[in-house]
Amino acid sequence: MINLSLLTPEIIVLITALIVLILDLLPWRGRKVLLATVGVLGTVGALLITMGQWDLREEAFYGMVAIDNFSVYFKALFLIICTLTILLSINYITRGGIDLGEYYSLVLLATFGYMFMASGTDLITIFLALEILSLAVYILAGFMRHSPKSNESAFKYFLLGAFSSAFLLYGIANIYGVVGNTNLKDIAQYLSQEAALKNPLFLAGMGLLLVGFGFKVAIVPFHMWTPDVYEGSPTTVTAFMAVGTKAASFAAFLRVFFYTLEPLKGQWVPVLWLLAAVTIIFGNTVAIYQKNIKRMLAYSAIAHAGYILVAMVAGNDLGSSSILYYLLVYSLMNLGAFGVVIIVEKKEEENLTISDYRGLAYKHPMLSAAMSLFLLSLAGIPPTGGFVGKFYIFSAAVSGGYVGLAIIGVLGSAIALYYYLRIIVYMYMYDPEKEFLDGPVPFFSAAALVITAIGTILLGITPARILELAHYSISYLGH
Amino acid sequence: MDTSLSLFGDYQVIHNYLPILVFIIFAFAFAIGTLIFSYLVRPNKPDPEKLSPYECGIPPMMDARERFSIRFFIIAMLFLLFDVEVVFLYPWAVVYNKIGLYGFVEMMLFIAILLVGYIYAWRKGALEWE
Amino acid sequence: MLDYIWLVPTFPLIGVTINGLLGKRLPKKLVGLVACGALGLSFLVSVIIFFTLLHLPPEQRYLEKVLYTWISSGAFRAEAGFQLDPLSAVMILVVSGVGFFIHIYSIGYMHGDKGYARYFAYLNLFAFFMLLLVLANNFLFLFVGWEGVGLCSYLLIGFWYERKSAADAGKKAFVVNRIGDFGFALGIMLIFSTFGTIDYSEVFQAAPEKFSPGALIITAITLLLFVGATGKSAQLPLYTWLPDAMEGPTPVSALIHAATMVTAGVYMVARCHVLYLLAPISLTVVATVGALTAIFSASIGLAQNDIKRILAYSTISQLGYMFLGCGVGAFSAGIFHLMTHAFFKALLFLGAGSVIHALAGEQDLRKMGGLRRNLPITFPTFLVATLAIAGLPGFSGFFSKDEILWEAFSSPHGHFIYWLIGIVTAGMTSFYMFRLVFLAFFGSSRIETDRTHHIHESPPSMTMPLIILALLSIIGGYAGVPHVLGGANRFHSFLSPVFSGHHGGGDVVDPSASTEIVIMTMSVLVAVGGFLLAHRMYIKRPEVPAILADKARWLYQLIFNKYYVDEIYDFLFVNSIKNGANRLWQLFDVRVVDGSVNGIANLAGQGSSLLSQLQSGYVKSYAASILIGAALIIGYYVLR
Repeated sequence: MINLSLLTPEIIVLITALIVLILDLLPWRGRKVLLATVGVLGTVGALLITMGQWDLREEAFYGMVAIDNFSVYFKALFLIICTLTILLSINYITRGGIDLGEYYSLVLLATFGYMFMASGTDLITIFLALEILSLAVYILAGFMRHSPKSNESAFKYFLLGAFSSAFLLYGIANIYGVVGNTNLKDIAQYLSQEAALKNPLFLAGMGLLLVGFGFKVAIVPFHMWTPDVYEGSPTTVTAFMAVGTKAASFAAFLRVFFYTLEPLKGQWVPVLWLLAAVTIIFGNTVAIYQKNIKRMLAYSAIAHAGYILVAMVAGNDLGSSSILYYLLVYSLMNLGAFGVVIIVEKKEEENLTISDYRGLAYKHPMLSAAMSLFLLSLAGIPPTGGFVGKFYIFSAAVSGGYVGLAIIGVLGSAIALYYYLRIIVYMYMYDPEKEFLDGPVPFFSAAALVITAIGTILLGITPARILELAHYSISYLGH
Repeated sequence: MDTSLSLFGDYQVIHNYLPILVFIIFAFAFAIGTLIFSYLVRPNKPDPEKLSPYECGIPPMMDARERFSIRFFIIAMLFLLFDVEVVFLYPWAVVYNKIGLYGFVEMMLFIAILLVGYIYAWRKGALEWE
Repeated sequence: MLDYIWLVPTFPLIGVTINGLLGKRLPKKLVGLVACGALGLSFLVSVIIFFTLLHLPPEQRYLEKVLYTWISSGAFRAEAGFQLDPLSAVMILVVSGVGFFIHIYSIGYMHGDKGYARYFAYLNLFAFFMLLLVLANNFLFLFVGWEGVGLCSYLLIGFWYERKSAADAGKKAFVVNRIGDFGFALGIMLIFSTFGTIDYSEVFQAAPEKFSPGALIITAITLLLFVGATGKSAQLPLYTWLPDAMEGPTPVSALIHAATMVTAGVYMVARCHVLYLLAPISLTVVATVGALTAIFSASIGLAQNDIKRILAYSTISQLGYMFLGCGVGAFSAGIFHLMTHAFFKALLFLGAGSVIHALAGEQDLRKMGGLRRNLPITFPTFLVATLAIAGLPGFSGFFSKDEILWEAFSSPHGHFIYWLIGIVTAGMTSFYMFRLVFLAFFGSSRIETDRTHHIHESPPSMTMPLIILALLSIIGGYAGVPHVLGGANRFHSFLSPVFSGHHGGGDVVDPSASTEIVIMTMSVLVAVGGFLLAHRMYIKRPEVPAILADKARWLYQLIFNKYYVDEIYDFLFVNSIKNGANRLWQLFDVRVVDGSVNGIANLAGQGSSLLSQLQSGYVKSYAASILIGAALIIGYYVLR
């Protein structure tokens, strides 16, 4: 069955993107705020409908798309990310002189792609979704057309993205070659035969999938693009892709590996173990030496992908639910941290080095308090959501028998504390030398910060409910 | 050929594609073989007129490999887009009787989405040369 | 109605949120209104809950409301929830009620301060954490509140952080409390490892079943918890922070000394009475520490000249009484004294604040005198509080103090020595409190001339709470009139479901009622004696104190300098810790940590220079990285 009505949220997002595109053509001066408003309304509407799909467990497009709790959880997450990104962007893109209507449209289209990453149950659907989101994000990365760095970042992202897409596609082809089908259910069916588990062609395909997803979620050694692209892109876009693209890729990654390739666990767990360890160590070590805050957050994002891999390796009940939990926390705290960077940043790439933050607390106490909260959460200090997330992940790893990996993870977080705290030290321990903002903190950005801050704290104080949701989401995967 | 058969022999799907592989090999062999054959048997008497590129009879003025306006690309891309739209219309028209109203609505949606793109391109001035 | 218990801490939290976020932009009146309104509403809810509880039959006066599961991982399961029983009902009444009056008083007292909104945000936060502490249904939540009030005391004592002494006092309070908290945290961990849970009801149910009285582990737990209580409730040897805590604004001192913070330790011991009754040694320790603290700090109070400092030492001394009560097993007597003390001590501090306010910041008793004519409301209310704390019959302090003294004498856990210490302390208390009153309000004025024109009674927002608290200081005691005086001791019977099955004190109609009368008469006589002595020394013959101080010079100096405890601590701990820390810092931090950090940094630096060659900016090298990674993975799968 096609069941088009099940895709209402996606369709709303798509139509909103088109409406925004058309509205921008109106010869009306105040239209930019209208565009953002329409965008937010569309995403919030889609969010409400998505929430109504909880516990639906349906399929659409002849089994190519699933509306299960897993996809609902992730789609809600993407829509929240999209809303927050739009809120953070309103002021930023005007300041940066890039307030074109296409911006919101592309953000919405990328979100459209994200949503299919979570709900796709066919390798082809997943690949298409990946391309939809990638194309949108490539353009967004280069949206500061007059900035060479932005151009460079878009181009690098595009080239390497295409390169890695080829790996993914080749992996899909290999698997198709062996199974004769690209549907995840059929592949799972195929893998129920004992002999199938040792097929080298299939294993090679799985390895290639790993490379393709590994690139998108930025794990070592497929991470090299991250610092350059994150640094060059407009900061709102950096925030959007650091959070959205990563979460979306993890959604597809999880569905393919946790559900379809579950029988091959013995094959991919050792590889992921190694990748997780290398990613955590590498991301955290290199982050120490970054002077640009966006680059630092890029390496921190790499390290965080490593933590999530730890939970994937653990693979038990707690581990799998903690991935979903952690992705939510990660999105909120990272968007918050980037949000502060967005507010503080000035034109011509001013205020982007870490030492630029000296004395921020004396000029903008609330902003610094929020930034400290997000950084402490990223570092995993209670009572923030970041702490609970890491707590769950590492205790899952320990109870899953991966004590070594848990130790590496904890050590990595200890290193991370250094570079997160350094910013707090700069904000609080030094005297300010300049004015940071030209005016007051923009209203919509402040609203986004408040939402993320409350979310970060709430997830730290009342984690059990969300963890339960996460548990229900992932345990119904494919059932 | 024998080894590849044993490697893929167990996998029915790959087996099905074997004729295509054979076909590709034959195609390449035929093309290369023809070129080699003609190279061997043709007479070879070059002169400057023969080696210069042919431009509708007019003598070539300068190097053909120069940069040209981005507008060509935009027009080409737009052409491609809407050309594909038309390509989709053909099979749709052929099976229209079988898919009925549902198919009609779907195609209208498809066209509507493309129409948005068309309006966008138009209003953004992608179709104007200056 | 009982289900709305969560509202009680929620209102102050809302107040914190509003004043903390928007306080700077709101008009001052609104800030005060929000803060007072928030606590006023919690007080209202507390009152309603109290009466709802009163209407229930005693055995149903219990409610546990689990809000949510905070963390569940393996065997560890922490549920955050509230527990309502008569004990916590009394506590929320005291905290929100007395706190509410202090809030109102602060409106007048702080009206000129530039940190007005910040002050009220902290004040509300303080109340929030304290309410959380007394409503918790598990040790973890208790600990959150425990740490929270510690944090708030630091913020409020150091409220005028530009003043070095205030900042230092804040730091001292924080550090001394941390020492206690360390023991407290250890105690909680020990509870968890022993019982596998940190839920009150489960722990208290399991303890008597699993352990017989005198079990070593229970003794260890209770002693560790008590270490925390000595820090928070300022008992020997961790009391030194409390006298310095007066560096904060005076209403804060009132809040810390009367309603919140210091009562936490007493509450915690009473809450854990099941455990303490299983550990006779710990009970003895509690009683002994309480008795010694009581007499020790009362003796210091005899010779101080700073009006707030005297009150601070009297707080420590009164807290000693409460611990003495708990230590002899009379938990409800301890809580009773906690309540009456909250009334009259808040009143004393607020009255002292009114005096200081009138004298534009003067705190030295030697520069006061004759104020009773100038402060027509402050004086009588202050006098009421003094009569109450001195334990003169008819005032609240009389009933509660007397119950403790009687229990110290007659309870199976009690001892004659405890009673003796208690009654001597009572005499001292009476003496130094009347000395204070005489020096401040009677006699001729010794006020510096430039301050005289300024003297005025405080505004109504400050005097209203004084009057109400004075009323409470009088009638508060009638909740617990002992049987021997023909009362029913309602307070005790209200608390009896909590302390049921144990000897709670007060209810035993002793066969030797005459003994109780004798004991009671003696404490009255001692109180009157203190009054008469003070009257003789400071009204009739004001030259006597100087002669006395001269004759017993060394004793006077010893007491005047607070037994040099601060200096001894400085010498023994602070300096040696500083030195040790310095040495450690040089040894450990510079060599080991910095060394290793620098080592790692160098390593990372070299690594990063290596890695930065990888991070060349060339797309081809990035692609190569992907390719190598892919080749390794595929190679692993195919060639294995």
